[in-house]
Amino acid sequence: MTSLPARTEKQLGLVIDLDTCVGCQACVTSCKSWNTSGHMAPLTDVRPYEDGADGVWFNRVHTYEQAANGASRTVHFPRSCLHCAEPACVTVCPTGASYKRESDGIVLVDEDKCIGCKLCSWACPYGAREYDTEVGVMKKCTLCVDRIYNQNLDEVDRVPACVAACPTGARHFGDLGDPQSPVSQLVAERDGVDLMPEMDYRPTNKYLPPRERSACNVSDAPALEPVAGGLLGWVDRMLSR
Amino acid sequence: MHPALSVIFFTTATGAGYGLLTLLGLAAASGLVVPDRWLGFVALGLALTLITGGLLSSTLHLGHPERAWRALSQWRSSWLSREAVAAVVTYVPAGIFGIGWLVTGRVDGVIAIAAFAAAVGALVTVYTTGMIYASLKPVAQWHSRFTVPGYLIFAIMTGAVLLHALLLLFGNDARGAGTFAALAIAAGWLWKTATWRHNDQLTLSSSANSATGLKDGAVRSIEWPHTEENFVLKEMGYRIARKHAAKLRRLVHLLAFAVPLAAIAVALVAPHWLAVLAACLAVVAQAPGMVAERWLFFAEAKHAVTLYYGR
Ligand code: SF4
Ligand code: SF4
Ligand code: SF4
Repeated sequence: MTSLPARTEKQLGLVIDLDTCVGCQACVTSCKSWNTSGHMAPLTDVRPYEDGADGVWFNRVHTYEQAANGASRTVHFPRSCLHCAEPACVTVCPTGASYKRESDGIVLVDEDKCIGCKLCSWACPYGAREYDTEVGVMKKCTLCVDRIYNQNLDEVDRVPACVAACPTGARHFGDLGDPQSPVSQLVAERDGVDLMPEMDYRPTNKYLPPRERSACNVSDAPALEPVAGGLLGWVDRMLSR
Repeated sequence: MHPALSVIFFTTATGAGYGLLTLLGLAAASGLVVPDRWLGFVALGLALTLITGGLLSSTLHLGHPERAWRALSQWRSSWLSREAVAAVVTYVPAGIFGIGWLVTGRVDGVIAIAAFAAAVGALVTVYTTGMIYASLKPVAQWHSRFTVPGYLIFAIMTGAVLLHALLLLFGNDARGAGTFAALAIAAGWLWKTATWRHNDQLTLSSSANSATGLKDGAVRSIEWPHTEENFVLKEMGYRIARKHAAKLRRLVHLLAFAVPLAAIAVALVAPHWLAVLAACLAVVAQAPGMVAERWLFFAEAKHAVTLYYGR
């Protein structure tokens, strides 16, 4: 059913730190690499080495300039499915292919039911769903459902591929429904935010805004005293011409 | 939003078909239409052809048309599923109405009840189509109180213009239908003008700031994640130049509303042969006019995801 569960036992999701993300795209490539043979495989590419290259990706990193208070900074911004608590992408689905799991809140697509009407991609404000033109079905981030419960992996590896790959530790995975979990505490401590809260989709994933930079005291170097005579004086006069 | 021809054709064709079916059903059930078998055959045939053609074109454009039956299952939550159910259910009374009219040459008793039910089913289907768009929060121009009434008014309007032409072609007195069609065009014209005015003054509740969670200052996209357009941009990033939109809006004013209104006014007072010509002109002008209207409905709609791309 595409009706939403009244509540989910867990709210698994990601916390993304915009302060430490350096825009290296490691999460993007590791996501593609894992998922192209994972639950939603393949992540088809079309004309990958030609003009008009296109393909399915679950995670995309944007770069923004934020100009505020007379200063500006570069912010790298990974964008993937937020596993919303009120995802209209699920309720609009006419076939039941899209669903939200009651056990952990993960939003998935059943590829065997999807008719490829694309309405769910219209209903997502975050652009998280990408249609596979070759297979004719909708695809999206699975929160690496085939890693996080995977008994064949070592316990440390039971995290999403993008989280495991991030070299700066900007991505955190956990239960955001449990206020005591490390991710929830991180969000509380760093004033994590929802994206487009005005849409009322209640995203599970949270973003940690960049920290305030301490104003660095850049002052002008003191001007040199002119040198009067001698060789140095001559050099000084030649250079000041 | 990308103005895909299949959806434009689907919504305009089924709109006109359901509008015609509604009017035929109501007119037949209330005894306003003379039960001329040929008129019944052609008019209902046209309505059902428009409806079926539209539904088939939208189905064939799915990624998996062979699974389309699954779309009947989620009517509890999905307006698209409700539309599919309403469309399929409406065929039942429409079929009884059509076959009954053809076979008996009368519209009474069970056939009249079926005619009325077909009209209701047609209206409900158009309503669900409108709700598909109106319920999408990420598209502010659609998520508005103008969308659903617009779909209903335009369905009735295009259906009325078709019915008026058919009545005249079959030599009937069409003054009632003509007056109704003229009123419907006037209503459609007013509604579209008001909708455009509303959209032009719209202030979006989302911004690059709320989309990125970066609350302060100006947030400017300086690099995209990809060098070529991806699915999201192709599907939802369509932009239309203001001057092109203005030109197309003028075309819609002219073809969808002004010409058909004038032609039907002529038809109301002219001798029969001229009235037939004018009524056909109204149909021929309005069809491309409504296609342009629907093209703009998509092209001028801005999806919230475009904020991530600085659009
Ligand atoms: S981010 Fe988009 S695709 Fe993911 S759950 Fe929310 S609405 Fe659905
Ligand atoms: S594209 Fe597939 S998953 Fe999306 S709404 Fe249509 S049937 Fe459901
Ligand atoms: S959780 Fe998995 S599927 Fe989702 S963005 Fe990360 S790597 Fe990709």
